Amino acid sequence: MTYEDESSRPILDRRRFLTVLVAAPVLTVAVRWGLDVAEAETTATPSLPQLPEVYDLGDLYTLATTPTADMLVLEVTDDGRVRLYLPRMEVGQGITTAIAMLVAEEMDIPLSKVEIPLSDARPELIFNQLTGGSTTIRSTYAPVRRAAAGARARLVSAAAVKYHLDADQLTTKDGSVIAPDGTAYSYGSLSAAAADPHLETQVSDTPKSPSEFGLVGTATNRIDARKMVTGQFTYTLDLDVPNAKPTMVRRPPTIQGSPQAIGNEAEVRAMPGVIDIAMVPTGVAVTAETFGQALDAKNALKVTWNPGSIDGLSNDDIKQKLRAAVVPFTVPPLGTLTVDAEFDYACVSHAPLETNSAIADVRADRAEIWSGLKIPIIALQKIALDLGLPQDKVTVHVVQSGGSFGRRLFHDGALEAARISKAMGRPVKLMWSRIDDMRHGRIRGATHHAVRATLGLGQVLSYEHRVASIKTDWRHGFGEIITAMGAEGPGNTGYTQTIFNLTVECPYNFGVVTEVINEPDINMNTAAWRSVYSATTRGAEEAVVDEIAAKLGKDPYQFRMSSLKNDAQRAVLRKVAEEGSWGRTMPAGHAQGIAYHQEYKSKTACLVEMDATDPENPRVYKATIAVDVGLPINPRGIQAQMLGGLTDAISTVLRAGLHIDHGLPLEGSYSQFHYARQKNSPMDVKVFVMPANRDEPGGSGELGVPAAAGAVICAYARATKTKPRSFPINFDVDFEPFPR
Amino acid sequence: MPSYTFTVNGESVTVDAPADLAMLWVLRDKLGVKGPKYGCGINVCKACTSHLDGEAFNPCVTPVSDCAGREVTTIEGLADGDQLHPVQEAWLDRDVPQCGYCQPGQIMAAVALLKRTSTPTDAEIDAIENVCRCGTYFRIREAIKQAAAAMR
Repeated sequence: MTYEDESSRPILDRRRFLTVLVAAPVLTVAVRWGLDVAEAETTATPSLPQLPEVYDLGDLYTLATTPTADMLVLEVTDDGRVRLYLPRMEVGQGITTAIAMLVAEEMDIPLSKVEIPLSDARPELIFNQLTGGSTTIRSTYAPVRRAAAGARARLVSAAAVKYHLDADQLTTKDGSVIAPDGTAYSYGSLSAAAADPHLETQVSDTPKSPSEFGLVGTATNRIDARKMVTGQFTYTLDLDVPNAKPTMVRRPPTIQGSPQAIGNEAEVRAMPGVIDIAMVPTGVAVTAETFGQALDAKNALKVTWNPGSIDGLSNDDIKQKLRAAVVPFTVPPLGTLTVDAEFDYACVSHAPLETNSAIADVRADRAEIWSGLKIPIIALQKIALDLGLPQDKVTVHVVQSGGSFGRRLFHDGALEAARISKAMGRPVKLMWSRIDDMRHGRIRGATHHAVRATLGLGQVLSYEHRVASIKTDWRHGFGEIITAMGAEGPGNTGYTQTIFNLTVECPYNFGVVTEVINEPDINMNTAAWRSVYSATTRGAEEAVVDEIAAKLGKDPYQFRMSSLKNDAQRAVLRKVAEEGSWGRTMPAGHAQGIAYHQEYKSKTACLVEMDATDPENPRVYKATIAVDVGLPINPRGIQAQMLGGLTDAISTVLRAGLHIDHGLPLEGSYSQFHYARQKNSPMDVKVFVMPANRDEPGGSGELGVPAAAGAVICAYARATKTKPRSFPINFDVDFEPFPR
Repeated sequence: MPSYTFTVNGESVTVDAPADLAMLWVLRDKLGVKGPKYGCGINVCKACTSHLDGEAFNPCVTPVSDCAGREVTTIEGLADGDQLHPVQEAWLDRDVPQCGYCQPGQIMAAVALLKRTSTPTDAEIDAIENVCRCGTYFRIREAIKQAAAAMR
């Protein structure tokens, strides 16, 4: 994908969309022919049951997208390629491959002929351009198939008209309409005729039922992998936007600080390669001929700073504030009948490998932005407002990115690049340094958990879980959806409790279960981190489940089996126990850990084996995972997500966290924030994708983290005969921090 | 400004650059060779891993002056036209990449390892320090073993 390719895409605003449909030389369709779908009736506000098992965040999001769900644009080129412009963002989840499979399935076309470019920001889609909450496949499964089935129906109808054939006698195969005599008419040759608005559809445009699927449900490799392994894949910083020069920003010594004055601007301007310097609210920007020179120059700047939002605060202070913020239990302690436990989790960086980056070309009367954005409509609106431009004068291109894990829900890099471009009066290519990305980027806020389980008659009578978290910032668009859907009034606190209630769920029959979150006002740069509240909450819960089992004298696996609520849950847990040989004899210092999790209308279990002979250097060397997403689209992609979730869990439970020290993380690179390397990851991993058992898919992108976190905690506890209470478990400052 | 001549993926190039400019920025910003990625700038994440005279090196911490007269190979120079290197083939077969950003460096590190040994052990694979934030390590391990077998 080059810059030129990007700009040559059709502009798909609502007004011109219909024009494109009528006037396009090739088939370019939305499902509701000729309807102004943007004005389709809005859906009634749902009332919300509280259990994610019944109604969860993904259901809410899917409902929010319903009014615009069919505004997908699919085109058939005259050389027979099918292109579906996806209003979501690929960051490594494999969604473009899964959606290409759905298109290929419905249209009977080889997967290699399907392309899934990412849509530019399309404000007319309202809520239907957000990538988060493991909702992409859930929210696009039906409309993508409707779009593809609709296109196929038009192509068949076009062949019938053009060649005077009975439409009912026509079939489709390998990208062609096949006549009864075997003649194949390629989609490319029919595309122009199929685009005729007067063409009447003569065959069904109803998508296939899952029982008819051929490609969907089979393990399929990524459609974009070849470009990645040959170095041809272009990320934001690889785009050639004319005159957009390397730009970096000198940032404050504490989170959310701001620049006051530059002490040596003339001196830095004279450094080799420096082109311009500009002050923006977040720091001082330097543009240079190369990033190496921009980096040297920004490091040479002498800047005085205004204070930030948490200047005096360090990890211990945060821990105390969180402990103080926990809502009290309702059940009093009852001696030996009570299992009490408290847990602390440190802040965690999202740390995608591609740092925050954006290209901006801001002119007096218009602006164009390129960046990895999971909510590009909000980005466009906020950037337009900030620049003082009308929204229709701002174009936002969504660029596939090097990871996100929740980080790219926010558009701060794109906004900063726009401000710099405006200030300098030239296009800029902004790259955050790794140190800045880790220290001033987004994080999963630290949490404190208080858990009380009350036992009686050999079972759990009540389970209470109180969470206090550094305030999670939902002001990137997701919060507005919740407000609009009537689920909760505006305000970040309301968003938090709603999202917590719609995502976090105790899967066990533990009597009276109450789970409450409270977020004290600690103002840091947070963002939902893969699985949001679940990795910490459910990870801690699974640790407690083992402790309850021990107190009841039961085996951790058998206790879970008897506590789960239904057979579908037990099937997943049984799968890992059987395939992973639960209960086998382990050497001293080694142990197994097992855990279960369900979310996003999906279920998973994880069994790990750990060598903790050296408790300060434990290694998970084997993992067995089972996953039930109801209807797997691409089992291989699901396996990849589960492996990634496992690696996240190993990292954040055992070693990866941030030390906040006087308003800034000490960690500034992967040598300090200890995300797992090859030597920390298992040599043996098996992921079992359970067969289809429903007629629609659940989510899987974030599903893997919580069960794996629970399994890793339980394995460590059993191997070391300890009760881990603070994560990451091994969390020394084993490095010399970079200067502020 | 001094001038340096070296080869990149078999082609001789001459660039004017300060002696201490890191090779990563010479490749990316001056020559438009963008396979090697920035991830840390201090030889920690190793996303930029490429080869210098056939051995793995990290252009983010290697000054251009160190490369004069030498052969630089980046991910773009690994395949022979459309004929992929066996390590690239194994990466595709095992469907290794997710976000893909670290994978050029991972592949170049694996190729360097397989130049040293045709039977890499788990311990030797563990010694590869390239960060993969998507956590694809197990597939990387499998792909290296598969490529090693294919190359033997």
